[in-house]
Amino acid sequence: MAEPTISTPVNKVVVRFSGDSGDGMQLTGSLFSQSSGLAGNDLTTVPDFPAEIRAPQGTISGVSSYQVQFGGTEIYTPGDKTDLLVAMNPAALAANLKFLKPGAMIIVDADEFNRKNLKKAEYENNPLEDDTLSDFRVIKAPIAFMTKEALKDMGLDTKTIMRCRNMFALGLVYHLFSRPLESTVAYFEKKFAKKPEIAKANSKALQAGYSFAESTEINALSMHIPPARLRKGMYRNIDGNTAVAWGCLAAAEKTGKTLSLCSYPITPASEILHELSARKDLGVVVFQAEDEIAAVCASIGAAFAGNLSLTTTSGPGASLKSEAMGLAVIAELPLVMVNVQRAGPSTGLPTKTEQADLFQALYGRHGEAPLIVLAASTPDDCFEFAYEACKLAMEHSTPVILLTDSYLSSGNSPWRITPPQELPDINIPEYKGAPEDWQPYQREAEYLARFWKYPGQARFEHRIGGLEKKENSGNLTYEPLNHELMVKLREEKIARVAKKLPKQNVYGPDSGKLLIVCWGSTYGSAKTAFTELLEEGHDSMGFTHFNYIKPLPENTGELFSRFDELLVCEQNNGQFAAYLQTQYPGLKIRNYNKIQGQPFFVDEIKQKIRETLEESEYAG
Amino acid sequence: MQAEVKPHTVAYDRKDFMTDQHVRWCPGCGDFMILNTMRKVFADIGVRKEDFTLVSGIGCSSRITYYMETYGIHSIHGRAIATASGVKLANPGLSVWVATGDGDCMAIGGNHFIHAVRRNIDLNIIIFNNRIYGMTKGQSSPTSPEGLKTKTAPGGVYERPFNIGEAAIGCGASFFARVPDKDYKMLEETMHAAYKHKGTSVIEVLQNCVIYTDGIHEQITSKETKDENQVVLSHGETIRFGKDDEYGLVLNGMKLKKEKFGQSIPDEAFLKHDMHEESSPFHLALARMQLPEFPVATGILRQVEDVSYDAQVYNAIEAAKKYTPYKSTSDLFMSGNTWEVK
Repeated sequence: MAEPTISTPVNKVVVRFSGDSGDGMQLTGSLFSQSSGLAGNDLTTVPDFPAEIRAPQGTISGVSSYQVQFGGTEIYTPGDKTDLLVAMNPAALAANLKFLKPGAMIIVDADEFNRKNLKKAEYENNPLEDDTLSDFRVIKAPIAFMTKEALKDMGLDTKTIMRCRNMFALGLVYHLFSRPLESTVAYFEKKFAKKPEIAKANSKALQAGYSFAESTEINALSMHIPPARLRKGMYRNIDGNTAVAWGCLAAAEKTGKTLSLCSYPITPASEILHELSARKDLGVVVFQAEDEIAAVCASIGAAFAGNLSLTTTSGPGASLKSEAMGLAVIAELPLVMVNVQRAGPSTGLPTKTEQADLFQALYGRHGEAPLIVLAASTPDDCFEFAYEACKLAMEHSTPVILLTDSYLSSGNSPWRITPPQELPDINIPEYKGAPEDWQPYQREAEYLARFWKYPGQARFEHRIGGLEKKENSGNLTYEPLNHELMVKLREEKIARVAKKLPKQNVYGPDSGKLLIVCWGSTYGSAKTAFTELLEEGHDSMGFTHFNYIKPLPENTGELFSRFDELLVCEQNNGQFAAYLQTQYPGLKIRNYNKIQGQPFFVDEIKQKIRETLEESEYAG
Repeated sequence: MQAEVKPHTVAYDRKDFMTDQHVRWCPGCGDFMILNTMRKVFADIGVRKEDFTLVSGIGCSSRITYYMETYGIHSIHGRAIATASGVKLANPGLSVWVATGDGDCMAIGGNHFIHAVRRNIDLNIIIFNNRIYGMTKGQSSPTSPEGLKTKTAPGGVYERPFNIGEAAIGCGASFFARVPDKDYKMLEETMHAAYKHKGTSVIEVLQNCVIYTDGIHEQITSKETKDENQVVLSHGETIRFGKDDEYGLVLNGMKLKKEKFGQSIPDEAFLKHDMHEESSPFHLALARMQLPEFPVATGILRQVEDVSYDAQVYNAIEAAKKYTPYKSTSDLFMSGNTWEVK
């Protein structure tokens, strides 16, 4: 048997909980993540569950997994490969072997490795009894038997007892990482307040797993992962879609505006619609429209009527909305469209991640139709950038597209709950003159934003629409020079937003051979790869990551000029690299593209950076 | 509680709803009558000028937004109803009107039309039905009659047209009226009734296009033929038409039949109009009546009370606010599992 790679002291660990869809693995994983958060670790998680709503029980296609990487350092990804796999049945083992690091630890429910389950998992021989797992440290725990033993006096039926197996397994893992049980027990008591026997059964199974571990070899392997140095404050785990919803709620509360959400269901954006549908209690007006076009048009109506207006979608829906986004551009109304990107074109890989809607966001409208484009980088900063999207939309009287993606939407990371007083102010341009002097298309001087006046406000009655406007008055006109002027004004209005943006940062050396460039959700893997290489002594490269796509931060060109060449890592066929080339002609850019429906692994990026550095050395 | 449209005591004149924009319709267009009537109704209806929003799509009809001195959105082709739905939901205290055409509403915007009607959102939708695409210069529309020669059907239209009333009532409309563009009195009364109606009000105006379909509604609306060819419905009254009101409608099996009064059929067998009847088959049958077998029915065909969608949305919000533990975003963010880093 190989030596275990999990040995003290370690600074970060990847754990993967896996079982049948009915085994409660998502709950088990999220409880473990909670306990990691409580222990002060930083973490990132990713769920991996069947696309089918009800896949056949016990089969490989029915396996549901939850992966978490946690540690005493900053954690940006859920981890490339796993240190510890908890496999509740043979199918879970079979499905996950490819995700294991050499020497990884596997905890299995040995009781589930019977002939029937082995057959469903397509094993001819029992892998616990041959050399299939010889590269790993395997702990064969009789989880089903021990759970039955622990709960036998409670008068519960077998099905209910077997549903507590996951908590026995969680108890084992808690012991391994020296986690206290109290908060999880408290969770059961609250969750099952109306079924105290279920709460008690889960607590007992958890306790039994913990005690069982004490008497086995797991005891000898127990380890302590130190807390990460996180900023002071209250924390919770959050996924990207919830974070988007909450960021918009916070912006509505900050401005005293009512939040209108007009959307049509689409994977992987629907959870934003679900969360805000449940937030009627905070006054959100939700309209599930008949189609994507109705959704965006109703959003335009809501913005005209004075609400903070949001529409959420994914690529195919964004295509349908593109005509109306042009109306929002010419009407100069504040509107936020969130595109939770998935792999396209067309239906593509609807449950898989990609960053290939960047061109669409930048250019996907007829006519000259500029707007602000932002991209979030982690599940928790979806909150910050949703808030920022709302802020910029209202301050600059413009539609804003916020790009997230499938990977961010379902991943979890700890979010420092932003206290309301820490949220940046939102200063909607205020018209201070007399109503008779106001004109629909007059602009405030600094940023050229239009003043937002809406129905219900006396003496500001006006008409807007898709036809070209006369500068200031907003009257219809076909004057050739006015059209050119208005096109330039709309472009200039977006360009001036750059004055307000934070400076683009470079990590590591601030000049050198190679600048690693990424945007959006590529942040986690690229930052980790960069940090590890820096620690390994590569000091001729810097790293920069973009959240502000259009406009780009003002110092971007100057920053690029300090490096010989750029390596742009993105999950598409080179869209951001091409965009940068149009903005800063003459850049020496190398592309690193992954278009496989899944995020970059840290090791892939490290490898690519090493190769690039070597090549440039030969070249230079 | 849902915000009600605020009443006011300001005395408006129709001139208060005129804008400084030059009205750009062809001389003689039926749209002028609709515009003038709308200005009068808006002045008289009891809503403050700033509490109206008029939303239109694309087409000749939709230019009307620029000619009404209140809030307005001239949106994109087919999307007036969708846009107006967003306005109404954002601020249910507004009186929201939609101006659209037979192409805008029944072709490219058909999906929004059927769903607005299904939901019963409180919008007043005026469909300018000239049975042709006017602004794009004479293509067939979904209401173009079979046989009509158009740019896209030079040998005559062979598609089956939509009957707007049938489509609306079939989708569960709570209010449907049909009005000839010449009858400003009827349009005025109907617009008042639509305003009072809480839910989607659909008004089809039989509107004349002097360029492409001049006279297309003439048989129904002209002085000479309207007594024979048009039956003006009035709630609670026996349905009568003809030069001397000599005809009425009776039920023959499951069909309507035109009969003369004072002959073999007793007076009590003739149908009375009940626009408030909840079940819709008779309203559908009235909407379907066509020349030459029947006169065309005008007036309010159907008006039934039902809860409006916007009221439901705000009732749900009020109910949720009552029972929630979250009074602010902080309450929400701090709920569930949280931990402190010190």
